[in-house]
Amino acid sequence: MNDFRGQTLSWQIVNGAIELALHRDPCNEIGSLTLEELERFAAALPGLANEAQALIVHSTLKAGFSAGADLRELFQRGEEMEKGAALRGVREFLKRIHSVMNTLDAAPLTTIAAVHGVTFGGGFELALVCDIIIADRMARFCFPELRLGLIPGFGGIPRLKRDLGNAVVRDLLLTGRSFNVMKAQQIGLVSQIAAEGEALRVARATASQVGKFDRRTAATAKEFVKPIPYAELDREIDIFCDLYSRPAVEDGLRKFVENEGVQPYLP
Amino acid sequence: MPATDHTLDQILDLAATHFRVPREKLSADDDFFKTLGIDSLQALDLLTRLEHHFRIELPDYELQGVSDFRTLANRIQARL
Repeated sequence: MNDFRGQTLSWQIVNGAIELALHRDPCNEIGSLTLEELERFAAALPGLANEAQALIVHSTLKAGFSAGADLRELFQRGEEMEKGAALRGVREFLKRIHSVMNTLDAAPLTTIAAVHGVTFGGGFELALVCDIIIADRMARFCFPELRLGLIPGFGGIPRLKRDLGNAVVRDLLLTGRSFNVMKAQQIGLVSQIAAEGEALRVARATASQVGKFDRRTAATAKEFVKPIPYAELDREIDIFCDLYSRPAVEDGLRKFVENEGVQPYLP
Repeated sequence: MPATDHTLDQILDLAATHFRVPREKLSADDDFFKTLGIDSLQALDLLTRLEHHFRIELPDYELQGVSDFRTLANRIQARL
């Protein structure tokens, strides 16, 4: 299937690059529906990869790339289910999203995240699976999970550890602070900064450039320089589930979900 | 650290321009959430613009509980 228009995301091949567009209001929160459509994309990827030299992941929403996991859905599922069943549901969700992320991480073509605005939590983790991050000047990154009594659960810590220095990882994780593109480029996370509204255009130019090289060579080079930390990714799921079982998490999620004020995204 | 008038003026100018609010309607002790009509995501947008403008890094936890331009200016001044 070379093109798809879903409720949360769409894809098509444009000038030899697969463009995966996220478009779930208000800011591409990743819940069960997004997961189902991401799984659909992951299943279609081998066929798409035969006809494209690059994959660009971007958002069509003004608010940003993605605000991360759908915390409202996570909270509501926890409220509706018996605790054991809720925990099993969380573990199952994490295994499924990890499978998608691992597929994207190992995709045999060059992958580019074109991000702008809010790139938080699970959205940040989606960007991290890509080979290259191109960020709009107004992009902002954050791992806010510790505010909820959790750690990132979509593979964020192992991939940050793979890509960045450990001191930087500790700062970002343990403070839960958000940071801008200048910082992101300084620490080696972002490879190119685009003017406001220009990230997708820059990503397309980059996709065109990588398309000049032999596909097999590019895929081999990628596999050589980008190991996937499978053991740590599995460990992350276990740690997340251990933490999720604690009452503090339910309290943190409730506080976020029931916050009707103007500052839910500020620490 | 108390902000200089120059720092405060630059913040008010930037906020007025970006959020399309008449500059004369903004003053130092206004609640910027109310005056600009913004939520926390837009506040992060404002923070990013201010970081770029002043060429500083201002962790968002320093803005916890901050809602007026004067205190915001003081936090920025401490990073200049």
